[in-house]
Amino acid sequence: MDYLQQIKLLKRFIFFICSIPLAWLIWQATQGKLGANPIEAVIHSTGLWALRFLLLTLTATPLQLLFKWNWPMQLRRMLGLYAFFYACLHLSAYIYLDQYFAWADIIEDILKRPYITLGMAAWILLIPLAITSTHKMVQRLGGKRWLLLHKLVYPIATIAILHYALLIKSGWSLAAPYIFVFIILMAVRIKNITDNKKYKSQ
Amino acid sequence: MLIKIKASSECKEHEVSDEKFYRSRRSFITQSVPAIAASSLAPGLLLSACDAKTASDTPSSDPASKASTPKADTLTPYQDITTYNNFYEFGTDKADPAIHAKNFKVSPWTIRVEGEAKHIGTYALDDLIAPHPEQERIYRLRCVEAWSMVIPWMGFPLADLIKRLEPNSKAKYVQFETLADAKQMPGLRSTVLKWPYVEALRLDEAMHPLTLLATGIYGKSLLGQNGAPIRLVVPWKYGFKSIKSIVAIRFTEKQPNTSWNLRSPREYGFYSNVNPTVNHPRWSQKKERRIGEFRKRETLMFNGYEEVASLYSAMDLKKHT
Repeated sequence: MDYLQQIKLLKRFIFFICSIPLAWLIWQATQGKLGANPIEAVIHSTGLWALRFLLLTLTATPLQLLFKWNWPMQLRRMLGLYAFFYACLHLSAYIYLDQYFAWADIIEDILKRPYITLGMAAWILLIPLAITSTHKMVQRLGGKRWLLLHKLVYPIATIAILHYALLIKSGWSLAAPYIFVFIILMAVRIKNITDNKKYKSQ
Repeated sequence: MLIKIKASSECKEHEVSDEKFYRSRRSFITQSVPAIAASSLAPGLLLSACDAKTASDTPSSDPASKASTPKADTLTPYQDITTYNNFYEFGTDKADPAIHAKNFKVSPWTIRVEGEAKHIGTYALDDLIAPHPEQERIYRLRCVEAWSMVIPWMGFPLADLIKRLEPNSKAKYVQFETLADAKQMPGLRSTVLKWPYVEALRLDEAMHPLTLLATGIYGKSLLGQNGAPIRLVVPWKYGFKSIKSIVAIRFTEKQPNTSWNLRSPREYGFYSNVNPTVNHPRWSQKKERRIGEFRKRETLMFNGYEEVASLYSAMDLKKHT
């Protein structure tokens, strides 16, 4: 089996794996196993998985830099689209299950509650990235412009983590692991950039 | 003989429906979750799924109208009351307390009575509560996180105990303290709050006939996750004021510390009366999700216990939150 075939198989496998959180959620819901507050459980679960997939897309570059692995790069688009998919479920669950289309309350939330403002902003910023995720769009935009646009993922991840940290009654404690992972992923990139500069200046 | 005087705001027995009717509510979420999964494809599907299930209890399909009609209170099932808890000494997740409080030791249990009262000292729990006949009180519980339950407590008015302890003329407040036993409570490793957990009431709030010391739920003794063996229940205040697993009662002249107020004074005031007109800095307090219900309810001033309003007649409740 050649490299391309292996990648193709890997992609199929990962595609299947990424749908498990949703399948698990649906199974729990049908079994009445989402606890006393199933609506909250659905919103939290979809939101957390959106954040997790977002951070997973950001691990591809560090893995390449640290271990010279190229295969995670092949999965980046799918992971990113899954992040967007779970973010869409999360937003729909908020609008429908939580607010039941009470638009006045939803707009008030978006304007007045920083954590919802941030969540909404993160979702909106994900849209152009999802739209320009195809090969055709990369060609149409040109590699450089496409790369620049997709740097948006860094502010998006920052905003998404803030969105999570702000909604918890006690504050930052539950978001801490995500902040930690994000900082490490960024540190690897920054170290690489500074190393490159040193190398060039020598 | 036990004479029970019911306040107008209290739930009436006939308003409370049987637990078994309540069980069917999950069939709604069962149907709706696959529907959200399909939401990007068929928004109409969501609407139809909703209408089908809510048509039976509301004649109007306008989302706003339903929340504004006051509905009868239904008892929250025992299963939900005992598995969805905020009791950070046992962990910050709502499922943690039920898991970690499984073997919680409630006997022997002593309570220290301290401060500005005649009968200070350390008492065995049984000696402290023995003279007080147990009564049932069905109260709404409104959490500051905007969810609520209806709980049939067993207990007795705090006022009855306070009268026996004879606070002196200096006593203006009463503070309570939760057990902080690191061997039994894994949550104490976290620094999310300062331990031990403390809460307090103004003496007149503590003496109000609605204020309860609870020892049971649904006729059974309290479980660890619900604050065994004895806890406070102040139904017109946010749930965190109703301190659990009490080991000390302290009468003070000055306003005592309270845990959430220490943690974030801007977000959690000393009074923390349920008030739909004062939002939490981070979220709205206008509505609440009653556990087991799909659509949110309007939150009521003082959680619907308007008879306590006279306690605060001289205060601006937008300032004294």
